[in-house]
Amino acid sequence: MGDVVNIVLKRLGLGLLTLFVISVIIFGAVEMLPGDIAQAVLGQGATEENVAALREQLGLNDPAPVRYFDWLAGAVVGDFGVSLVSQTSVSEAIAPRFLNTLFLAGYAAVIAVPIAILLGIVVALLRNTLFDRVANVLTLTSISSPEFFLGYILILYLSVKTGAFPAIAKLSTDMTFLELLDRTFLPALTMVLVVVAHMMRMTRAAIISLLASPYIEMARVKGMPAWKVIVKHALPNAWAPIINVVALNLAYLITGVVLVEVVFVYPGIGQLLVDAVTKRDFPVVQACCLIFAATFILLNLAADVGAILTNPRLRYKK
Amino acid sequence: MESKRDVLLEIRDLKIEGYSDEKWIEIVHGIDLTLHRGEVMGLIGESGAGKSTIGLAAMGYARDGCRIASGSVEFDGMELTTTPESDRRALRGSRIAYVAQSAAASFNPAHRLIDQHTETPVHYNIRKRQDSQEDAMELYEKLRLPNPREIGFRYPHQVSGGQLQRAMTAMAMACRPDLIIFDEPTTALDVTTQIEVLLAIRDIVEQYNTAAIYITHDLAVVAQMADTIKVLLKGDEVEQSDTRSMLDNPQEEYTKSLWAVRSFQRDQKTRPTGDAVPVVSVENVDAAYGPVKVLEDVSFDIYAGMTVAVVGESGSGKSTTARCITGLLPPTKGRILFNGEELPADYRKRSKDQLRQAQMIYQMADTALNPKVLISEIIGRPAAFYGGLKGGALKSRVDELLDLIELEPSKYYNRYPPELSGGQKQRIGIARALAADPTFIICDEVTSALDQLVAEGILKLLDRLQKELNLAYMFITHDLATVRSIADEVVVMKQGQVVEQGPKKEMFTPPHHPYTDLLLSSVPEMDPDWLTTVVEERGVDNIGEAAKT
Repeated sequence: MGDVVNIVLKRLGLGLLTLFVISVIIFGAVEMLPGDIAQAVLGQGATEENVAALREQLGLNDPAPVRYFDWLAGAVVGDFGVSLVSQTSVSEAIAPRFLNTLFLAGYAAVIAVPIAILLGIVVALLRNTLFDRVANVLTLTSISSPEFFLGYILILYLSVKTGAFPAIAKLSTDMTFLELLDRTFLPALTMVLVVVAHMMRMTRAAIISLLASPYIEMARVKGMPAWKVIVKHALPNAWAPIINVVALNLAYLITGVVLVEVVFVYPGIGQLLVDAVTKRDFPVVQACCLIFAATFILLNLAADVGAILTNPRLRYKK
Repeated sequence: MESKRDVLLEIRDLKIEGYSDEKWIEIVHGIDLTLHRGEVMGLIGESGAGKSTIGLAAMGYARDGCRIASGSVEFDGMELTTTPESDRRALRGSRIAYVAQSAAASFNPAHRLIDQHTETPVHYNIRKRQDSQEDAMELYEKLRLPNPREIGFRYPHQVSGGQLQRAMTAMAMACRPDLIIFDEPTTALDVTTQIEVLLAIRDIVEQYNTAAIYITHDLAVVAQMADTIKVLLKGDEVEQSDTRSMLDNPQEEYTKSLWAVRSFQRDQKTRPTGDAVPVVSVENVDAAYGPVKVLEDVSFDIYAGMTVAVVGESGSGKSTTARCITGLLPPTKGRILFNGEELPADYRKRSKDQLRQAQMIYQMADTALNPKVLISEIIGRPAAFYGGLKGGALKSRVDELLDLIELEPSKYYNRYPPELSGGQKQRIGIARALAADPTFIICDEVTSALDQLVAEGILKLLDRLQKELNLAYMFITHDLATVRSIADEVVVMKQGQVVEQGPKKEMFTPPHHPYTDLLLSSVPEMDPDWLTTVVEERGVDNIGEAAKT
């Protein structure tokens, strides 16, 4: 097991390095945006003195590397500076929004991942049958439709016409957990529809690619029924690619939900990011990007560790 | 006597079809087979003979893309071709078991050996898990596996190939089947490991009076194992009789040709006298993969027009030595000389001319040739790269090379490797090596993936080319029969060191180095009593792995 810890630490170190590089890129990209930030914040009518005063106040006159390291030093301890628009702490603005996004992503993942893997196993078992084809077509249709389209269709049928679920996922602090689940069901379902197909198809492909292996033939000539061949003999060897695609989709659930949040008016980090971009609130943009990057890196790390833990060849030495 | 034992398996006029090019093609053409309880029948033939297909059909099983077209397979009074799949499935593993060629690939890497062992008995409620585990340990002990109470709790990758093959035999025994299909169970093993597995299989089959179908292409192996032998050729039976009369007096021409395959032997050449310089000299070479030392003080010379066979088991450092010579793995110590001139250790530092002179032919022509590239280009590229040939000159050089390897240029020029047979692909591999106009060729197990008749053709071709072009060969092999037929000198390697070297005749006549002796005496012979004799000479506890230490 010492090896696994070693590998994890190594990957974690690499992840941090990647994050550092990304922070440079984010900062650099914002730097290169045309126009003056102080001017943009104060608008066209601002006087020269006001703009100069704001520049001074924001520290915009310092050279870029100095400002970068100031920002980085803050970011490391969770202080992303002050919003240019609201003049409040960026961290405080982001934290509740990010938790909302994590909640919605978690909600969708809890539904999507088991369904996708189970469906993947079933279609691998029933490969090339009618069920396999129908499942393929349906999931492909859902993955090919834009999220906002799916969202509006769901609103039309599950909310407007039947009134089964609320169309707007506005949150308030006095809601019970059940109310929360009910209120956010439609955005969660939209996201489930978007990610299930990818994971299901990968599970199917990973299992089927193993079916020509000698150990699968062995399981068959040992008299094992088809479902046991798939579940007990193919699936344990297919985890690595499945875990990877699951991690990729989880990352997408967190970072790719802007449209869904907009459609359902859900107060998540995606909306915050869009608002910040339109208002040129750069500290917020930078913080959101960095959080998204960290999410990707952490989930990929988790996938690597998962792949190691499901492979006895890596878990046990010769 | 034979006929009085009751019949266990009766196959009548079995026809099996395989699906290829969008139609069903018959690959087994009406085979009859009768097997009595406790009888061991050897199925022998080259690849494509239908041995494995027939073996699996005896379990009522056809691989994906194959189907039993007609005929009957009657196992203990049950007609397998008409019983429902679920009933057939219940027979598999419990009453008819299968031992596959490569245990390393046929054990599931995700589960412990003993969990795979107990799977069938537990699934069909034949034994309780605990009971089956105890039984597994007993079988492991009977099959002489080390640490029988502990080894089952390891994963397949933690156990050696020979041990895995015995664990697989134990697994086949888990439900005490009436019949076991052994499908080339020792083909992938070194001779010293093979002998141990053969003995273990033979003993346990005898002990439980299990009937068996033993599939192999190796006559000497089947001679040790089988009571009767059936010879197959392209899905047809050639002949069948009991083992001794089959060996002493084969009736059919094809059988006789199989028996005679190993007869090719060319005269041994001796080193040139005087101050001739060897084409290749390996001088005191050490090599390592990372911190693991794999070669230690390896030295030998190869002279023009001569063949040096480097023999040893897997892991003995044969291929690593070749990698050092070609510069793919720079040695940590020692030198490689070419015509008396020291070569840079790293191939990237060698001149084009130095690279040209040493070429390689590989074991798996399948993977060594790019399937998407035309034959003319595969051979033409080195000719253009080293010889600077273009246009018409290049074309006539490729034609000349195809002529050399006895493939008609006009027929093969515009074809792709997948359209060729195994032997033809290996010939293309040879032509590609020749295209560089080398003086020295490393042949890495070039015949071990081929059928015996095809392999003999390749050996004869290599011999002819050597005479015509005065080539020096380094022949890496674990097959001593190949050594006997083509080598002039032999280098025996063990664990990265040269244990003995010299002219072939000396190496094959006693006294030997103890390890050479072990290698030589572990090669099965056509005598059906060979295994028994060896075991008597060495003692049961002193064969295989045990003998090496």
